[in-house]
Amino acid sequence: MQYDEKRLTRIVATDCGSTTTKAILIEYVDGEYRQTIRGEAPTTVEAPLNDVTKGVINATQELEELARLKYNNPNIKFMEDGNFIIPRKGDVGVDAYVSTSSAGGGLQMMVTGVVASMTGESAERAALGAGAIVMDLIASNDKRMNHEKIERIRHLRPDMILMAGGEDGGTIKHVVEMAELVSGADPKPRLGSSYKLPVIYAGNVEAQEEIKNTLAKKVDLIITDNLRPKLETENLGPARDKIHDIFMEHVMQQAPGYNKLMEWTKGPDLQQVPIMPTPAAVGNIMQTIAKDEQIEVVGVDIGGATTDVFSVFTEEYIFNRTVSANLGMSYSISNVLASSGLKNIMRWVPFDLDESELRNMIKNKMIRPTTIPSLLQELVLEQAIAKEALRLAFEQHKEFASSLKGMQKQRDISEAFSQSTSGATIVNLMTLNLLVGSGGVLSHAPRRNQTVMMLIDAFLPEGITRLAVDSIFMMPHLGVLSEISPKAATEVFRKDCMVYLGSCVAPVGKGKYGKPALYVKLDLPDGKKFEEDIPFGELRLIPCPVDQVAKATLKTRGGLTLNSEKAKELEIELHGGTVGIVIDTRGRQPFALPEEKTERIQSLKKWMRELDAYPEDILV
Amino acid sequence: MGQAYSAGLTVTDSIILRKERILPLKGEVLVKKGAKVKGDDVVAQTLLPGKVVPFNLANKLGVTPAQLLQYIKIKPGDQITKKTVLAENKGLFGLGLFKSEVRSPVDGEVENISAVTGQVLLREPRIPVQVKAFLDGMVTEVIEGEGVVIENKSAYIQGIFGIGDETLGELKMLADTPDDELDAGKIDDSCRDKILVAGSFVPFFVIDIARKHGVKAIITGGIDDQDIKKLLGYDIGVAITGHENVGITIICTEGFGKIKMADKTFNLLKQFDGKKASVHGHTQIRAGVIRPEIIIPLDFDENELVSKEASLPVLEIGTLVRIIRQPHFGRIAKVTALPEELTMVESETLVRIMEAEFDDGTKISLPRANVEVIES
Repeated sequence: MQYDEKRLTRIVATDCGSTTTKAILIEYVDGEYRQTIRGEAPTTVEAPLNDVTKGVINATQELEELARLKYNNPNIKFMEDGNFIIPRKGDVGVDAYVSTSSAGGGLQMMVTGVVASMTGESAERAALGAGAIVMDLIASNDKRMNHEKIERIRHLRPDMILMAGGEDGGTIKHVVEMAELVSGADPKPRLGSSYKLPVIYAGNVEAQEEIKNTLAKKVDLIITDNLRPKLETENLGPARDKIHDIFMEHVMQQAPGYNKLMEWTKGPDLQQVPIMPTPAAVGNIMQTIAKDEQIEVVGVDIGGATTDVFSVFTEEYIFNRTVSANLGMSYSISNVLASSGLKNIMRWVPFDLDESELRNMIKNKMIRPTTIPSLLQELVLEQAIAKEALRLAFEQHKEFASSLKGMQKQRDISEAFSQSTSGATIVNLMTLNLLVGSGGVLSHAPRRNQTVMMLIDAFLPEGITRLAVDSIFMMPHLGVLSEISPKAATEVFRKDCMVYLGSCVAPVGKGKYGKPALYVKLDLPDGKKFEEDIPFGELRLIPCPVDQVAKATLKTRGGLTLNSEKAKELEIELHGGTVGIVIDTRGRQPFALPEEKTERIQSLKKWMRELDAYPEDILV
Repeated sequence: MGQAYSAGLTVTDSIILRKERILPLKGEVLVKKGAKVKGDDVVAQTLLPGKVVPFNLANKLGVTPAQLLQYIKIKPGDQITKKTVLAENKGLFGLGLFKSEVRSPVDGEVENISAVTGQVLLREPRIPVQVKAFLDGMVTEVIEGEGVVIENKSAYIQGIFGIGDETLGELKMLADTPDDELDAGKIDDSCRDKILVAGSFVPFFVIDIARKHGVKAIITGGIDDQDIKKLLGYDIGVAITGHENVGITIICTEGFGKIKMADKTFNLLKQFDGKKASVHGHTQIRAGVIRPEIIIPLDFDENELVSKEASLPVLEIGTLVRIIRQPHFGRIAKVTALPEELTMVESETLVRIMEAEFDDGTKISLPRANVEVIES
């Protein structure tokens, strides 16, 4: 159901995250939708309160208080007797309340396939695209013994299982064998033992009867279209839709307080608006941007526990999402250190630090995840850790986002077989147009310049790339809002959500430190000019305001190139932003920091100073 | 705003506790409502399903899956031993000459037979599991087939991080002040089966000595990250702990590094020196926060068992808070103001701050997110 601006003048949207419930107020003011107020409160899905709605009430109360202050009107009220007043009547009530949720660990799934790199990968992609965390992929050929698979299935306790396997009309033996293993494991759902575990079967249609015989008595079996009907065709839509239905019908019903929350989320005519898993909502918005502006996009959401990477590539707008379940800035911060190693974190730190002090600091952040770095040195360290978490998450994403992706993509058979062996990722940084960051460490960095630095150092964009950040992490809210008003969602997205930071120009190739690498001439919108033959191993920041462009002449030296056509000269318009235009001649493929510590620290300080990333006192 | 919700750990000399003691699967409850139980008493038990062993019977017999049913000697639900013949063929010309038979690889039960894959699933015998009361108290509710709720009045301390499972023992103070580092020389055979209380720190070699002397658990202010690694043999990536089998339970009340134990916690433990306590190191920071607990049961009257309604700790003027991040990590202060507007701190982060005062009158301001309310 969709509504226009006459029916939707004031909307409350919440995102119930694992630690914080974030509420925003969206209002139709002076002929346009704007996000006007934001509030937050701790999420209360767990003990002692065990009721997610308490956190929603607290966050909404903060919205109410701030709205009364902002409009100097004590009569403004959104809730009464612990319930939203819908529709709005003057100062009282709102026209809609919508919500996303990742609280209580989000949606946790296990997927199965016959061949791990084919039907297994397709099933994984369907689950990830629907906003799930994939706890494990179990396939006939995954090298584990059958009894190990059974033990694994039994111990996982997912919210649901997605089973794929076999092309339509092909052999049924392997997929039935997998069903036998699932049946033998007799898996129980994560939340509560009062209902049967939902299992979606989206494999070979010919096996449906046998699957029913094997599984129907033990689990809540739901059968849908084959997600890989042919080797060269993927059809993820029906499986994804079923996942969303079951998420609402089964999983959310079991989480404390969600029954009530599901009754609250509704539009002006009191019709229910389904709660969406947070990553599915972010994915919605990412795809909308890519299609609207006809561009290739990479988005990242770095949270406390997990890091999600989204990408939309190729002319067919193929969408991929990965979740790095143990890379995050609080709960999982210690795992970032374990995965990347201390040396990789310290390579971004422009001062010396006692190793045990750093290790204990990281562990203390893990056990007290909501604390904020109030000392500058701690901020620099957290941002160094963030660069590594982002780098690792992006590496995992590139590996996953390979050739056969997305719905109904037709390919020939030779391509289908080469997908995993060649590992041909479709993520191409040279053609990437826009890199969007979100999540606390990126959205709330004290200086936007720090966000630019983290994005560039972690993702190493190539050629010309526009950089943006989600201002206050409202992409989930807008993703679910687009279900009832695409207009409101897109308007708020463009005006309040996206903060364009600027553009990054990074020629690809190797050079020698100090030797000329890139000639840059910029005609800036205020009439000023910038001209320099920039040596290799440098960063430059040239201010250029948001919504403005600079006319650029770029000429590389040596073997460096500027785009996927390996151009060495370009006349191009570069978009400005709150930070500006960054020229990065530190090289790509490879990008290497100086090995020697003193030299590395000197270089880091020089670059950080050039980017105006930190106050001078920490860079002397 | 005059108040705000905040994180907090409970440290109190008296609280009504209510603990669910639930079986992993349905089973039998062994105690009745109203029964008084001790921590070591078994309150419920069950049999967990045995391991499932998949076995490709058709392959073993040398027939196709579809043919298997002609030769099979078992059906789902049958009890089997290693002597049981699962299937046999009819031999040469159907006369029983050179007939081959396949026996079960395990003792247990037949779970499933498949004519599509030729696979049978065999289930090994069930495994008994018991749930103990863990704390001295009264059974106030029996959840039929699942477990019980036990309530009591206790002195109660939540730790911040721990390792190791549930254990019971007498508290033994080995620290004179909350600043003390646990002295290896103080650990002798009198510490066997005890729960030792250290001050600010306990290094790995002392933990090792304690373990050798049969110490059940150590309560400490701080611990070093690398010492935990030495103890476990691996680095903790995500804080989900409590099931490690390292022969000792460790409960950390403040955090990583050498950190003075909060005076209130230290004094409470001192007050109950020699008393029996139930402790565990279970920690789960993500999704369903679990913190380690120190439970010291007190005498109580049945009508005292009314637990307070759950609420979030509230930060308001006058509240005592513990600072949980640098600078001033570990110090206690009293809230003097909660300004509404966002304020810039040294790292240039714009945050909601609070103003507070230390015991000696020194005033500070810091992010609200960097304190814990000390609940009483």
